[in-house]
Amino acid sequence: MHDLIQYIQGYLGSDQTPGAAGNWFWATVYILLVFVGLSIAVIAMNWLERKILAHMQVRLGPMRVGPHGLLQPIADALKLLLKEDIIPAEADATVFWIAPFIVVLAAFTVFVVVPFGPTHAITEMNIGILFMLGVSSLSVLGIVTAGWSSNSHYPLIGALRSSAQMVSYEVAMGLAVISAIMMTSMNEEGIGTLNMIEIVRAQQSQGMWFLFKFFPLGLIAFGIFAIAMVAETNRAPFDLPEAESELTAGFHTEYSGFRWSLFFLAEYSAMIAVSSIAVTLWLGGWLRPFPNLLSGPTSNLIFSLFPALTFLLLAGMCFFSTARMPKHPLFKIQTIGLAGFGALLAVIGLILLVPGVRDRVGDIYWFSVKVAGFMYLYIWYRGTFPRYRFDQLMKVGWKVLLPTGLALLIVTAIVAMRMELWAQLTGGSVRP
Amino acid sequence: MNPPVATPFFFYGLSLIMIIGGILVITRKNAVHSALALITTLLAQAALYLMLYAPFVAGVQIILYAGGIMVLFLFVIMLISIERNMRERQFNKQWLVGLAAAAALGALFVAVYTKTSRGITLFVEGRMSYVENQNTQSIADLLFDRRAGQYMFAFEIASLLLLVAIIGAVVMAKKRI
Repeated sequence: MHDLIQYIQGYLGSDQTPGAAGNWFWATVYILLVFVGLSIAVIAMNWLERKILAHMQVRLGPMRVGPHGLLQPIADALKLLLKEDIIPAEADATVFWIAPFIVVLAAFTVFVVVPFGPTHAITEMNIGILFMLGVSSLSVLGIVTAGWSSNSHYPLIGALRSSAQMVSYEVAMGLAVISAIMMTSMNEEGIGTLNMIEIVRAQQSQGMWFLFKFFPLGLIAFGIFAIAMVAETNRAPFDLPEAESELTAGFHTEYSGFRWSLFFLAEYSAMIAVSSIAVTLWLGGWLRPFPNLLSGPTSNLIFSLFPALTFLLLAGMCFFSTARMPKHPLFKIQTIGLAGFGALLAVIGLILLVPGVRDRVGDIYWFSVKVAGFMYLYIWYRGTFPRYRFDQLMKVGWKVLLPTGLALLIVTAIVAMRMELWAQLTGGSVRP
Repeated sequence: MNPPVATPFFFYGLSLIMIIGGILVITRKNAVHSALALITTLLAQAALYLMLYAPFVAGVQIILYAGGIMVLFLFVIMLISIERNMRERQFNKQWLVGLAAAAALGALFVAVYTKTSRGITLFVEGRMSYVENQNTQSIADLLFDRRAGQYMFAFEIASLLLLVAIIGAVVMAKKRI
């Protein structure tokens, strides 16, 4: 027993991730935390997407279940769990049963290497980014088998579209990623890295996000990735595999209840996963804005107050809407509920003000904020862009993104090489 | 460095998965089931590469085989009418030859592993220790380094071969270029 406690305490204060330190206890804790956090994020995204889309279309969105529809996602989840789970008579039952699990496994496994902070990741891998791309590309297998095993026309067409789309956009995505990885090698030793944590460290030591590196090369690479990642996750305007006006619901037409909700869960966690790749590679991962430029104790203090201020702001918004709730007795429970929710947010905000806590959550906060920005973009795209036609989609993928990516890769290599040569000639440093 | 987590238990488990997957690939009549079994086998193989401290090869295995090639396989298989295929009699009755070939290969493995009467094996005794953290970088050194690189030529020839294959596919698929 004593050994166990020592083993658990041994990791505290370590500057490694639990996976790299080989501590199974904390690795399990981190896995559970990431899983719970992801589930909460998916639930929040469900509510936010409906609310934001509704406001973009000048509607109110869910208003009935809970104050401002806050309990709507929970009601939906309950409904999905209680629904009858139908397997079509002519379907290939085994494959039909396995398919959603493949998608969910692929979508959740990638979070093993996502760096929420220098020590706040489940593990550190030498092949981090390669692992993320590889495992997230497995989800297309689940989609294809789901469409095929349903033994019905709409799902089959949806699956065909999905596999063609994901395979073609993966290529452009890979090229953009390679050009970012090439930028990590601009250090004294000239050795790059695929490790997600080291990629962020490289941005810190080079003094800039890769988004602005070799301007505008980093920006173009990021643009290619930002387009390809929307296509990879089958979201609007590239949501042809589930185009509801042509294919009913695409590859998951025949799914219902729990299995359908697995597809839903996987879609949203895959969105979070690709957003975290983009954040790690181009937007400085867990780094707060200007970590080198404004590094005094004062600015450290100011930036460490951000998480608490965010939660206090949200709490303030809750209290403001509480005050604006109708005074009719029928709204009494809703008013109390909203005030309680605001109080909960305020308590979280106050906890984040404690010095010991606020120093430890800063990295997680900045990472989440950047990912949340991407999530908002996803909703914004869905609210504004019309759906592409399939031939247009293929044209953009193969004739625009792929050549641009190739050219970008070559130009990045040339620029990086020239800078290294220049540094060798002048005996200076390759760092700008 | 941490003690290796790759115990024999994992090796036997993964090998079992691979063998079962391999048998399923050749015994299933439904081509999609065969493809899924093949994917399982390939993923288990990637895990075996991880056990050999070769994470880069494992990652490439997942991306290329499981995520790329098998998706294309499935894509093609889905377009075939499975029902008709399942009713048709299979005419590649070559299990006798296959069995003989497998037995010969197995015998070769046994011969390689067992010591001869003079106590010599064909394998080098002992294990090389690999540094997992540097795997990708050491592969790059072997391929491209000015001094240590030995496989640059082979690598470039292989990529040229692939390029020829791509151009050939385009030429054969398109009537008018």
